[in-house]
Amino acid sequence: MSEVLQRGNRRRRDPTHALPSVVDMERSTLVVAGAGMVARRLVEALVERDATSRWDVEVYGEEVHAPYDRVALTSYFGLSGPEELLLGDASLWDTPGVTLHTGTAVESVDAAARTVVVGGRERRYDALVLATGSYAAVPPVEGADLRGCFVYRTVDDLDALRAWVSERGEALGRPVRGAVVGGGLLGLEAAGALTTLGTDTTVVEFADRLMPVQVDAGGGEALRRLVEGLGVAVRTSTATSRVVADDAGRVTRMEFATGDPLDVDVVVFATGVRPRDELARGAGLAVHPRGGVLADAACRTSDPAVYAVGEVACVSDRVWGLVGPGYTMAEVVADRLLGGEATFADADLSTKLKLLGVDVASFGDAFGTTPDSLEVVYADPVQGLYKKLVLSDDASTLLGGVLVGDASAYGSLRPLVGHPLGGDPAAWLLPESAEGPTTGALPDAATVCSCNNVTAGTVRCAVTEQGCTDVAGVKACTKAGTSCGSCVPMVKQLLQAQLAEAGIEVGNDLCEHFSLSRAQLFDVVRVSGIRTFSELLAAHGRGRGCDVCRPVAASILASLYQEHVLDGERAALQDTNDHVMANMQKDGTYSVVPRIPGGEVTPEGLIVIGQVAQDFGLYTKITGGQRIDLFGARIEQLPAIWSRLVDAGFESGHAYGKSLRTVKSCVGSTWCRFGVQDSVGLAVALELRYRGLRSPHKIKLGVSGCARECAEARGKDVGVIATDQGWNMYVGGNGGFTPRHAQLFAEDLTTEQLVRAIDRFLMYYVRTADRLQRTAPWVESVEGGIDAIRAVVLDDSLGIAADLDAAMDAHVGGYRDEWAATLEDPEKLRKFASFVNAPDVADPDLAYVPERGQKRPATAEERGVVIGGPTLPVRTAGGPL
Amino acid sequence: MTTFLDAPDAPPTLVPVCRLDDLHPDRGAAALVDGRQVALFRLADTDEVRAVSHRDPFTGANVIARGLVGSRGDVPIIVSPLHKQAFDLRTGRCLDDPDVSLDTYTVDVVDGVVHVGVPQTG
Ligand SMILES: Cc1cc2nc3c(=O)[nH]c(=O)nc-3n(C[C@H](O)[C@H](O)[C@H](O)COP(=O)(O)OP(=O)(O)OC[C@H]3O[C@@H](n4cnc5c(N)ncnc54)[C@H](O)[C@@H]3O)c2cc1C
Ligand code: SF4
Ligand code: FES
Repeated sequence: MSEVLQRGNRRRRDPTHALPSVVDMERSTLVVAGAGMVARRLVEALVERDATSRWDVEVYGEEVHAPYDRVALTSYFGLSGPEELLLGDASLWDTPGVTLHTGTAVESVDAAARTVVVGGRERRYDALVLATGSYAAVPPVEGADLRGCFVYRTVDDLDALRAWVSERGEALGRPVRGAVVGGGLLGLEAAGALTTLGTDTTVVEFADRLMPVQVDAGGGEALRRLVEGLGVAVRTSTATSRVVADDAGRVTRMEFATGDPLDVDVVVFATGVRPRDELARGAGLAVHPRGGVLADAACRTSDPAVYAVGEVACVSDRVWGLVGPGYTMAEVVADRLLGGEATFADADLSTKLKLLGVDVASFGDAFGTTPDSLEVVYADPVQGLYKKLVLSDDASTLLGGVLVGDASAYGSLRPLVGHPLGGDPAAWLLPESAEGPTTGALPDAATVCSCNNVTAGTVRCAVTEQGCTDVAGVKACTKAGTSCGSCVPMVKQLLQAQLAEAGIEVGNDLCEHFSLSRAQLFDVVRVSGIRTFSELLAAHGRGRGCDVCRPVAASILASLYQEHVLDGERAALQDTNDHVMANMQKDGTYSVVPRIPGGEVTPEGLIVIGQVAQDFGLYTKITGGQRIDLFGARIEQLPAIWSRLVDAGFESGHAYGKSLRTVKSCVGSTWCRFGVQDSVGLAVALELRYRGLRSPHKIKLGVSGCARECAEARGKDVGVIATDQGWNMYVGGNGGFTPRHAQLFAEDLTTEQLVRAIDRFLMYYVRTADRLQRTAPWVESVEGGIDAIRAVVLDDSLGIAADLDAAMDAHVGGYRDEWAATLEDPEKLRKFASFVNAPDVADPDLAYVPERGQKRPATAEERGVVIGGPTLPVRTAGGPL
Repeated sequence: MTTFLDAPDAPPTLVPVCRLDDLHPDRGAAALVDGRQVALFRLADTDEVRAVSHRDPFTGANVIARGLVGSRGDVPIIVSPLHKQAFDLRTGRCLDDPDVSLDTYTVDVVDGVVHVGVPQTG
């Protein structure tokens, strides 16, 4: 205890920096009060950012359930139990450093002492997040607390409502009569629920229309017709004055300021929500006069160690009653806890729902409050359709809209708010063309998923960079579509457009030449023993092949047989870079990357690389994978460059291949005073083991010598982190546009166990992944996910471990440096001729200019002045041609 | 008139470039023909040779010979190695952008020697 107190005291000296800095490796405690939707997202964001390496996260929730999907609450009546409402991956709560206490309320907060009281006991915190959400507000109407009156907020509320309706139904022997007070979003949800339970339902609304906050008068009218058409009675402009009890104290009648009384057996109050800010009030934190814990753009309350997120928070001077803004706040706080600078900008309040089978959507400036804005309205009272778009004064930019009766265009329209609509506005509103123009027009910056703040660009990138090929993959990768789901059709459209653009066939087929997936093709090749593309095409495909199936076949043949990429027919299958075993750059020259295993290089080696770069006039840059990239090599120079490198003991780095790239390492226990294992030694061994392994996409590994993780191993496909007992293995990480942290796969392995586990993991991936699918989406796509893969790798659940081991042993035993082999074979060397009739002549169109002491390709404008070739003297290579 | 527009001024001059055996089936090779950079492709299934310009019209880089040969439907194609646009090997037309095309050249194989036709100028 005293140690804990001391820690707390030291930090309290500087309240604005209440949070530990990066060098401070002591663990701190984060208490989260409330275990609702936003609390869950906060924990998820923290785990993704690996904050648990520094924070112990204690989450207290008053409800007995783990956080569930409150947005989908109404669907609970159709489900078998609360588990089905659970959000995301339940394993989140098993993450080391995270503890969820359900059925445990935080009773009070002492901000000065930095303690909370839980179960009568004090707990210290270094940072506290209030995520207590809202409670359902019941208006001060006489009789509102009678038996048979309910609110609509939690699973327990719904259980109680259902029990009451079924009990009354049995006792009365007739349909139960129900009323919902409140005709807004929540009220219509509740009316839907009552109808599902078989109740005759009346909705009572004080305003002159349904959903007054979201839709305008015209929309409200269409909505009323639709709702009435479904057998739900609607009374608008009606104030409830009293609820009357029968002899047993149960509701029996409602009376109103105007109009006839209504006989009822059950009443649901859905008249709005109020922030549960009582903890903050008790702790003396600033609250808004109308409720809500006051917080700044960092979501920090008047006490810098206390944050508020979700419906309890009053940020930008208002409370936000939707889950999307809450999620954004959770991300902001996660970032802040790690020393970031994220802020909460005003959020999107668009809504779309399907209530009683009726579509309602409202987005952007739904009421046309922007000065001089124009409205385009399509209304069909008979069909109950009402659609309105709000446009800028020149009718070009979409500002907002209301859709009632048919909201199919919502997914396409909402992301366009603030952007040109493109085409005739009427095209979006007419019944037959509700899809409007295609997603092609959507700018990358447009938000597609407002719940999770995901842009069109991010979705497109998930396809092009992460190899996602289905909606499930994109959801896993970007979180788009994982909350309210209204954006899923849009996400799907974007996905399909992007797949088509990338030439990726939707469905299993690899391309028009093979009706097989990559995994199926792999098995065909493995089982049939086919060793050439022409045989494969003749037996299982059609046509001449293409830039999709040829490289896939080349990769499969290389994975299985370790034969040279330029041997025989295979020379005509290799993609851009494999074609000459170097990376093609924008001007058609290449970059060259010798392998530097584990990033360990001798001074002599460095000198050779420098000398080669100097002699051939190459631009040099250090890569992120701890090696050196040499740019600007012409095709006919490659053999000469490599003969120098090979002579000095270097070999191909496979920077050009869909294959193992690097095993990044920190310096580890050999030098570092914190290291517990020899990370460099292991990295070198792993890199030498897997070098040359051809795979569906590039593979990167990392090894850190202790939990400080200086090698950023968890950003790799396979990450290894040293422990006192051995090695922890993580899988499925990557950098790039949609970075992913690798997940823990196995703990405290010996080196031998570790190597076997990586062998099998990689081989299983090589055999079963889709083309251009990295390990993260692959892990998601395997049925059963990471647990299933763990079972295959560690417990041999499929009985293929021996086979995978044999395949990896064959790879390791059969490895030969491709470049050394090329240099020995005149037939292969002929493929590096610049021109078949002038093998040593440089491409006369290449032009360079100096920059920061090196050369770079001239731009189009510069080429106008730099006439006739290289400006830097380039020594002609006396290559073996 | 029409006849005049369609016909070249004079038949192209055929220049010997390399032996057929120098061309690896389905793997392109660049050639310098009368100062022009030409990409040659010997198709594996029919053994015919096709010649198009070596310059990628989308980037200006001379790389077309280093692309992959294949087919789309019945069309024999070459795919640019830089940004993967496909071109019809018979007409040079880009299948992904109708406004762009490669130049095409006549090819004649005589006694195992590949000749490429360059248009006569002037
Ligand atoms: C029927 C219904 C439909 C909805 N539909 C939509 C929709 O379509 N779109 C949309 O964006 N939003 C919708 N919402 C709103 C959305 O559910 C909320 O915005 C969201 O749940 C807010 O998340 P939160 O974590 O802030 O609060 P909550 O999810 O309410 O979680 C707060 C949790 O904290 C607990 N708690 C409170 N005090 C304490 C304490 N002292 N100690 C411990 N625990 C405590 C509470 O019991 C609760 O479990 C809907 C809500 C309902 C009820
Ligand atoms: S991760 Fe490596 S470099 Fe970093 S502290 Fe640990 S052993 Fe040292
Ligand atoms: S907009 Fe709600 S999940 Fe995407």
